[in-house]
Amino acid sequence: MSEVDAASIHGAVRPEGNNHCPFTRGASPHATQNACKMCTPLGAALAFAGVEGCLSILHGSQGCATYIRRYLISHFREPMDIASSSFSEEDAIFGGGRNLKIGLDNVCAAYHPLLVGVATTCLAETIGEDVPQILREYRESRDNETIPQIVHVSTASYSGDHWDGFHKTVRALVEQLAFEPVGVATETPSINLFGGMLSCEDLRYLKRSCEEVGIKAHLIPDYSETLDGGSWSAYRRIPDGGTPSASIVGSSASMASITLGALSSIHPESAGAFLHRRFAVPHLSMPLPMGIEDTDRFLSQLAFLARGDVRPWHPDTSVLFLNPETESERSRLIDSYVDGHKYVAGKRVAVFADPDLLAGLGAFLSETGLVPVLLATGSKVANTGPLVRRIASSDGSVPVLLTGVDHALIADRCRELRPDLIIGNSKGYPIARELGVPLVRCGMPIHDRIGAQRVLHLGYSGAQRLYDQIVNTLLEHRQDGSETGFSYL
Amino acid sequence: MIEILKDRKTQVFTKGDSANALKCDRKSVSGSVSQRACAFCGSRVVLYPISDALHLVHGPIGCAAYTWDIRGSLSSGPQIHRLSFSTDLQEKDVIFGGEPKLYNALTDLIARYKPKAAFVYSTCIVGLIGDDVEAICRRVSREAGIDVIMVESEGFKGTKKTGYQAACDAVYKLVGTGDTSGISKVSINILGDFNVAGESWLIKRYFEEMGIEVVSVLTGDGRVDEIRRSHGAALNLVQCSGSMTHLAHSMERDYGIPMKRVSFFGVEDTSAALYETVSFFKDESLLDRARNVVSGRMKAVMPELRMAKAELIGKRAALYVGGAFKAFSLVRALRNLGMETVLAGTQTGNNEDYELLRDICDEGTVIVDDSNPLELAKFCLEKDVDLFIGGVKERPIAYKLGIAFCDHNHERKICLAGFEGMINFAREVRDSVMSPVWKYVPRRAGRCRIGSPGAEPGPACFPEKEVPHV
Repeated sequence: MSEVDAASIHGAVRPEGNNHCPFTRGASPHATQNACKMCTPLGAALAFAGVEGCLSILHGSQGCATYIRRYLISHFREPMDIASSSFSEEDAIFGGGRNLKIGLDNVCAAYHPLLVGVATTCLAETIGEDVPQILREYRESRDNETIPQIVHVSTASYSGDHWDGFHKTVRALVEQLAFEPVGVATETPSINLFGGMLSCEDLRYLKRSCEEVGIKAHLIPDYSETLDGGSWSAYRRIPDGGTPSASIVGSSASMASITLGALSSIHPESAGAFLHRRFAVPHLSMPLPMGIEDTDRFLSQLAFLARGDVRPWHPDTSVLFLNPETESERSRLIDSYVDGHKYVAGKRVAVFADPDLLAGLGAFLSETGLVPVLLATGSKVANTGPLVRRIASSDGSVPVLLTGVDHALIADRCRELRPDLIIGNSKGYPIARELGVPLVRCGMPIHDRIGAQRVLHLGYSGAQRLYDQIVNTLLEHRQDGSETGFSYL
Repeated sequence: MIEILKDRKTQVFTKGDSANALKCDRKSVSGSVSQRACAFCGSRVVLYPISDALHLVHGPIGCAAYTWDIRGSLSSGPQIHRLSFSTDLQEKDVIFGGEPKLYNALTDLIARYKPKAAFVYSTCIVGLIGDDVEAICRRVSREAGIDVIMVESEGFKGTKKTGYQAACDAVYKLVGTGDTSGISKVSINILGDFNVAGESWLIKRYFEEMGIEVVSVLTGDGRVDEIRRSHGAALNLVQCSGSMTHLAHSMERDYGIPMKRVSFFGVEDTSAALYETVSFFKDESLLDRARNVVSGRMKAVMPELRMAKAELIGKRAALYVGGAFKAFSLVRALRNLGMETVLAGTQTGNNEDYELLRDICDEGTVIVDDSNPLELAKFCLEKDVDLFIGGVKERPIAYKLGIAFCDHNHERKICLAGFEGMINFAREVRDSVMSPVWKYVPRRAGRCRIGSPGAEPGPACFPEKEVPHV
């Protein structure tokens, strides 16, 4: 063939052969196949990105920073600058302290950060770098007035995953920045709000909810603007937004802390637990506000706090208080649950997500009549009780619960359980495709769709959006698969 | 005003302004937010497309997690390369050693997937904790009866280039182990094409139409058995010079196979590559057939390219890519579309590369080695570019500033090679540059019809079309 029709040119022609998305062939007890997790420093970089004027530097090889940048950019579609101390072979043998100091100088010169977050990689940890000591030397060798604040966190990727890295970093921020309150009464009573690893839209929801009841909240961290900002007229060294470091410094003087997430909130090493121990800030733990009941709880707790009451809200003892707008949202959500209940009744759902989101999704799905048959997370979870706290199905069946697993095992269980729907991030696509069932995307990473930053999981409105999407996905799947193809369902 | 870091000033060069040579081939400046990755990345991208081999990453999870099914490299058969395998080292492995885990993982995965060979990638900490990966590979190779090859890709060992070399060394262990009988005298290997979006298939077809046998493509749609007999080819064509030159040199040294550097990006370079190949074989009938391939396809693609050029003429482009050869081709391809390259940079170019780049670029073009987001943004603004060509890491720099973008990295899913690929390239560029969305972007909104000073039509000027308000 020498004549080519230009109009039909799109790409090369695939030779005969298979055209399949690859299948995993059973979980291995020895190897991780298609990991259901990311590495610890990624979580650190994400948390640091939620602090105002913060640039993070990974102490290790250049590739760690670059891979993490690329992965986060593919999800958020925003600039994500992460520096690296760029270890060479020599540094791996003799230590990278000098490199880190040069890196700090260069980061300060190029980015003018207000705060630098230093996270270690497995390389730095393995050679036993004493980062606090390196930073002490750095501070001593520089005029203290001219260098930004530096917060460091130890994030070897062989201990924990991105989820651990994130929470460790939040804790490090608070631990290293919060000061003993010095007798200055704050104008308005404020709370600390540790939302966790959420979407930008979720973070905005949390801020809005606090504003609506007149609470000043230190949302830590807050990457809702830094990782979902508008179009720029000039290049920003560091995107606008983020939790001001003053808010973290002042977190010790807040009237209370709220930590969200069924698992994160009860972790003994959480930032909220630290503030409680160190500064006696009352600590309120609750699951992510997903679905009706947990959103009720969150908003009622905020209403309590708005009145200065720091006791934990309990459904049995208190009356739910909502403003009229939110009340209507809640009412519309219930109405839609009714409208859709027969479409979802008994539909089997496999869910995989980070632990807090997983617990939240399970609880939300159970409210609607969808049946979670599989709950899986790549993170290791010591106490799995909170993951299934509100799971209930009409026939009393319990979902298969998998923690610390990879996608090969999730795929195995999905093949056995034959769910009608899979909920999780983009990494569930291969198994969804293999089984011919739809995938509703949420969590992170979502890098085969646009708008991952704007997926709202929280509140009545988040539940509303997820619910509509789930019902419509199921309807679409049924419609597409039917022979008649009714346009009126 | 964005300043260039003191340590990086010698890595930036403006053609016409400075006579000094550009400094390159250096390790990245600490803290500079380099766009480069590491040696592991280099090895992983080169070997990735070998689709009937097992690729096991020995180390903690990150390295494997971030390279799971990310490349656009297609396979016409097995798909094992698109899965992600890791020993997922944990703290106890770091303390007590990861050898048992590596052994078990390899044995188990080989039994499951029955690959033709296995590559084991060493990551940063593997050497430090004292794992004898080589010994494990030998043992499993013996027991499983397939080649199990260690790739010395510890990230800190250097840049992507170091990793390319490690990958070449690894794959070279397969070369020369297969039967070369039946291979034509008029035969080639194509090195450094990775079959992104099926590009290797496209290029192979040109050669097949010309009657030239393609023994193997390294590593696009790669197969272990093809690589084993690749030493039977008469000539090595080396594309993406950075990644595979080392392998070509080894094959030249040990098997006397000469090499030619070519590029299949853009109609000029593709034509040149075909004619150069023909000239090597000194066969008149081949030349005729090459002419047929080239002229037939040129006839097919030129009308659309001319149409695209009419719209794109005078627009300015910035490009920042991995290797220099792609940069050369892109400068020429953009010129074909009437566009001027005002910023050209690479992650891993060498002195020779940058000299050539300087020669083919116009006066005033900024040339930059191992750049970073701040510098790239600075030059994009100073040069007022209309288009940025790069990879996913560069995309937000362009988009945030309201600049059109074309992905020319290995993650793309669109075929940009050869004659047909040039049409796709033109469409990609035109679809982005001519989009109405830029009208709303703050950096450009204010000067829709004004154009930039001293230039007519202004590069930032939106076409003089009335956009109806509905």
